[in-house]
Amino acid sequence: MRVTIEVNGRTVSEEVEDRMLLVHFLREQAGMTATNIGCDTTSCGACTVLLDGESVKSCTVLAAQADGHAVTTLEGLTGPDGDLHPVQRAFREQHGLQCGFCTPGMIMASVSLLAHNPKPTREEVRTGLEGNLCRCTGYHNIVNAVVDASGQEVAQ
Amino acid sequence: MTSATSPTSTTPVTTPARTSEEAAGGIGSSPVRPDGTTKVRGEFAYSSDLWHEDMLWGATLRSPHPSARITGLDIAGALAVPGVYAVLTHADVPGVNRYGLEQPDQPVLAEDVVRYQGEPVALVAADHPETARRAMERIRVDYEELEPVTDAQAAAEGKGPAVHPGGNVVRHVPIRRGDPRATADVVVTGTYEVGMQDQAFLGPESGLAVPAEDGGIDLYVATQWLHVDQQQIVAALGLPPEKVRLTLGGVGGAFGGREDLSIQVHACLLALHTGKPVKMVYNREESFYGHVHRHPAVLHYEHGADRDGRLVYVRARIVLDGGAYASTTGAVAGNAATLGVGPYDVPNVSVDCWGVYTNNPPCGAMRGFGAVQAAFAYESQMDKLAQACGLDPVEVRTRNAMSEGTVMPTGQVVDSAAPVAELLRRVRDMPLPAGPSGEPDLRRLPGGVSNTTHGEGVVRGVGYAVGIKNICFSEGFDDYSTARVRLQAVGGEPAATVQTAACEVGQGLVTVLQQIVRTELGVEQVTVEPMDTSIGSAGSSSASRQTYVTGGAVRAAALAVRKGLLGRVGHVPGELSVSGGKVVSTRDGVLADIVDVLGDDVLEETVEWRHRPTESLDPETGQGTAHVQYAFAAHRAVVDVDTELGLVKVVALDCAQDVGKALNPQAVLGQIQGGSAQGLGLAVMEEIQTDGGLIRNPSFTDYLIPTVLDMPPMNIDVLELADPHAPYGVRGVGEPPTISSTPAIVAAIRAATGKPLTRVPVRPEHII
Repeated sequence: MRVTIEVNGRTVSEEVEDRMLLVHFLREQAGMTATNIGCDTTSCGACTVLLDGESVKSCTVLAAQADGHAVTTLEGLTGPDGDLHPVQRAFREQHGLQCGFCTPGMIMASVSLLAHNPKPTREEVRTGLEGNLCRCTGYHNIVNAVVDASGQEVAQ
Repeated sequence: MTSATSPTSTTPVTTPARTSEEAAGGIGSSPVRPDGTTKVRGEFAYSSDLWHEDMLWGATLRSPHPSARITGLDIAGALAVPGVYAVLTHADVPGVNRYGLEQPDQPVLAEDVVRYQGEPVALVAADHPETARRAMERIRVDYEELEPVTDAQAAAEGKGPAVHPGGNVVRHVPIRRGDPRATADVVVTGTYEVGMQDQAFLGPESGLAVPAEDGGIDLYVATQWLHVDQQQIVAALGLPPEKVRLTLGGVGGAFGGREDLSIQVHACLLALHTGKPVKMVYNREESFYGHVHRHPAVLHYEHGADRDGRLVYVRARIVLDGGAYASTTGAVAGNAATLGVGPYDVPNVSVDCWGVYTNNPPCGAMRGFGAVQAAFAYESQMDKLAQACGLDPVEVRTRNAMSEGTVMPTGQVVDSAAPVAELLRRVRDMPLPAGPSGEPDLRRLPGGVSNTTHGEGVVRGVGYAVGIKNICFSEGFDDYSTARVRLQAVGGEPAATVQTAACEVGQGLVTVLQQIVRTELGVEQVTVEPMDTSIGSAGSSSASRQTYVTGGAVRAAALAVRKGLLGRVGHVPGELSVSGGKVVSTRDGVLADIVDVLGDDVLEETVEWRHRPTESLDPETGQGTAHVQYAFAAHRAVVDVDTELGLVKVVALDCAQDVGKALNPQAVLGQIQGGSAQGLGLAVMEEIQTDGGLIRNPSFTDYLIPTVLDMPPMNIDVLELADPHAPYGVRGVGEPPTISSTPAIVAAIRAATGKPLTRVPVRPEHII
């Protein structure tokens, strides 16, 4: 079937198998490889992207379900001049990553979280990111990054 | 020019050894990591992102049985599938069909038998992953199933069928010190079990093999040790080393799980056979079958002490289940044995540790490497001893705490800081979290928003633990790293590059190497080149050793470059140094810009650097100076337990650790936080469950790792007591926090429930 998806503002239209997952469409058809596949079972959240502004795990969405909709991946956050999005900047500066494999999903989930709750408490950040696994950091600096990105003081 | 630098020439340093003022972003500061920018932009190429024109996809057919004879193998059906380019079996392995980190006992592809569920039997290369998968279904393998060996204890005792011709004991390590018949007034005994933990790095195994015009191969792969991969690939392919070139692909975490081969030989075989680039990527389920795990253990302990709780003796028998192939089982057993009594001064010790073969999943390296299993047992014992003597758990530990000068059970004298008592006191004195007050926040209670309790039946407990880990490779291993540092003027600025084969696996090594060069050469602009096998080995990114060993090599190379630079200035009064891009004299201040001293020349030095040598253990007595360095961390855990449902919420997990010298304080904290989280996982949730050799939970829906809600905030104290034998005084950081985290949490659950809890992970049924 033909699927047409606006990926980071660019229209991508491809003939795909009905069963193709959105994450494979993004990585293989749209060439957006930031979005990682960590578990295949909707557990880890490394593949989190925004679908019409809402965070979804793209390993559990069919490309067909995104037909006619807009998807934002991590690549889509970087500004036209290469400027970092506030959440990208905060993850970088707060040491909110080590291996970085979870980072694309973690950042997209954080963007979605902040869209709903621009000034979250640390507890609210934790609740909001429960669906995203990180194996390296113990999460502390990830919470710091989201608090920082929200413009609030990071209390260690 | 290559020069060897003996570690004995390392100048002893005290903390603070150097100040960060010497160069912005030098050691002791926390500059933003150079890979941080590409990682937050999504531009960092993980090995799973690699792509090549005309590339094929490789897939691995694995054994469904833990033990079976292969009586027939027919690949014709698979070869007939359109889009399939190759189907390979053991007959297609041109070199030696064996590999392994300690001994080559593992077939690249199974021959007449399979010894574990998931053992690779055949390979397919096809134009699409789905084609490869369909083709694999058409490979016919006839198996004659055999009764699997699954009882490690029996294997250690020599009972049952042999998994390998030489019998089932991979290694037996005895440690004998003092009087084997010592007696004591207070005796506590216990048998403990540790489940099989998975590294669960987030980026599954992947890589890309590209055939080269010279008949060789270029392999891009996520790994922990490029050169030991290369050695094993060379043997299997029957090629000379110069024809097998490896480059590190982006690594999505490792934690020991990438020390053994996974896709490496397979991808190369398919690429050489088809003449096309071949990419292989495991999914999560295959990843569970595709790498080694932490050894499950059964540990029998007896501690004897006087009535004041001072240890008289420790006797232990430890069995580690190595699964079907040796991997690093021998070294893991060496660690469990030599560190088996923990960070305590014990006059009489008798430890026996066996690492054995079974038909369970193969086990090898995981963060903590043998020290984790022993620590759960000896720390459980220390709490039992505290109870028997009527002592506080911190008091019994500090009374027995080892310190600098202590003689280890191996006879090795501890010759640098060992602040075990201090670490315990520090975690004890940290503020405790507030107890519940007012309307309870469900998210902070055991069971969370499942709404299983509003506080009724919830009991709080506090527990302590301290652990010990050896840093770097031990037992006489020739453990070295190679570094090349280059200095030149680029665009009117001094710029350095550093090249090593040391694998950045996420820990932040690239940042630390930059910092070292900045400090030693006084230049800000330092580029870390991609890691590959065009330079000599750096050794493994494991054993908490890279900052020590590759950091030592880079420092030595940078110092050699500095010497060459200052030599060009000639003889001038005062002592010379470099700082802020300038050559400075202690007497006359700034003498020259580095760029002017360099002119158009490039200064380059390559150094192979070794830490001080270690000795092997006496095979009868286990005596020997086997370890390079010891590292210590202590934890205090606070838990809330729903005693009716057996649910646990870790409320606080505080840590104190001595790191010798924090070259990058922020990265040190990150290691402590991440390592503690993995220890929490082992304490209350993480286990690969096997039944008759079969893995029952090979997915992240059934193998749980801590989420952000499981992991509490941490108070962390970092001590910097310089090790005079190590570059900058550093002490390895990565593993110690994983070791003491687990027993501290279990001790806290015991304190809350009064249950014995002799097995990790603790499950609800152990509590209620």
